[in-house]
Amino acid sequence: MATDWRVGAITRAMLPVLLALTLVEVGSGLVLGSFEAELLASPSLLVLVPVTIGTAGNLGSILAARLSTAVHLGTVAFEPGDETLAGNALATVALALTVFPAVGLGAWGLAALTTGARLRPATVLAVAVTSGFLLSLLAVLVTAVTTYVAYRLELDPDDVVIPVVTNVCDVLGVVVLFLVVAVLV
Amino acid sequence: MTVREAAREAYREGLPALAASVLGGLLAGVVLGGMRGDFARVDGLLVLVPALLATRGNVYGSLGARVATGLHQGLVEPRVGADRRLGGAVAAALLNGLLASAFAATATFLVLSGLGRAVAPAWTLVAIALLAGLLSGVVLAASVVLVVFAGYRRGYNPDTLVGPIVTTAGDVFGVAFLLLAVRTVLLVGGG
Repeated sequence: MATDWRVGAITRAMLPVLLALTLVEVGSGLVLGSFEAELLASPSLLVLVPVTIGTAGNLGSILAARLSTAVHLGTVAFEPGDETLAGNALATVALALTVFPAVGLGAWGLAALTTGARLRPATVLAVAVTSGFLLSLLAVLVTAVTTYVAYRLELDPDDVVIPVVTNVCDVLGVVVLFLVVAVLV
Repeated sequence: MTVREAAREAYREGLPALAASVLGGLLAGVVLGGMRGDFARVDGLLVLVPALLATRGNVYGSLGARVATGLHQGLVEPRVGADRRLGGAVAAALLNGLLASAFAATATFLVLSGLGRAVAPAWTLVAIALLAGLLSGVVLAASVVLVVFAGYRRGYNPDTLVGPIVTTAGDVFGVAFLLLAVRTVLLVGGG
């Protein structure tokens, strides 16, 4: 981490990556825009958008932070049988399966209370849990690959992995939600 | 450590932060659900939403990480106004947040125009993005700094506080100020 805290120095270090990540996010916005009609017709799906994107990003960033620390401490080896890697991957899927049922029912309930829900609660629950499960698998894959690449290129995983993983998982959040809505709704 | 032990530890440590961000995300979703009329009026606004929300996380998450590291290294004191470094870091976060917001609005306008899709005038999207970026930026910078300082003084590791605060507050304030910005710009612009 740089010790120069002047505006110019921070901006030079930060802005190029920030603008690149912003373009990636505009890409995920375009996916969101392509099913705008369905989202505007079903308030419970619109309620699902920020929480699905945010939770996907967080599943990735929590795993990334733990793997980065494990890389620094030398307690992880990038092999399929590695206990730390497998345990953290398993926990990521378990976390998704714990929170996404609440996400689905919460989104339906809040939509019903505020703007009125058009879809059945079971449909919203199924969309949330299916998206969450798929996203946790993708989060594990993206995080493991990004951490491994940063480690091989000798980049500090703390600086590189968390922003990349969070933003890639954001985009995947929108794409997976789009696909799951197309199949289930 | 066995796989089972590693999984149990990661699960236990991850759940509180994830639960907090789920709560914030659902609240943000309720506000977004109430903005259906705005999305119908301002073409391209929904396309802008992921970029604006991610900018909050990227910029203020980085501010929080910088302040947390500064505290660890003894570079900054956990008091507001104690030192000019903190002011520089906050000003840089606000500036970068505004630049990224305006950039996202411009890119959205150009891409949607290029694809021949309906899109609001560029100045409308840029004005909304800048106003929302400024309002949410001021509130997020203040929340991140104050919570990291308060947590540090009470003996919590500031690094573990930053992520959950930024994602939860970023979603809620990000969407709430987006709503305020859209309504203000439509009122002033007569749209």
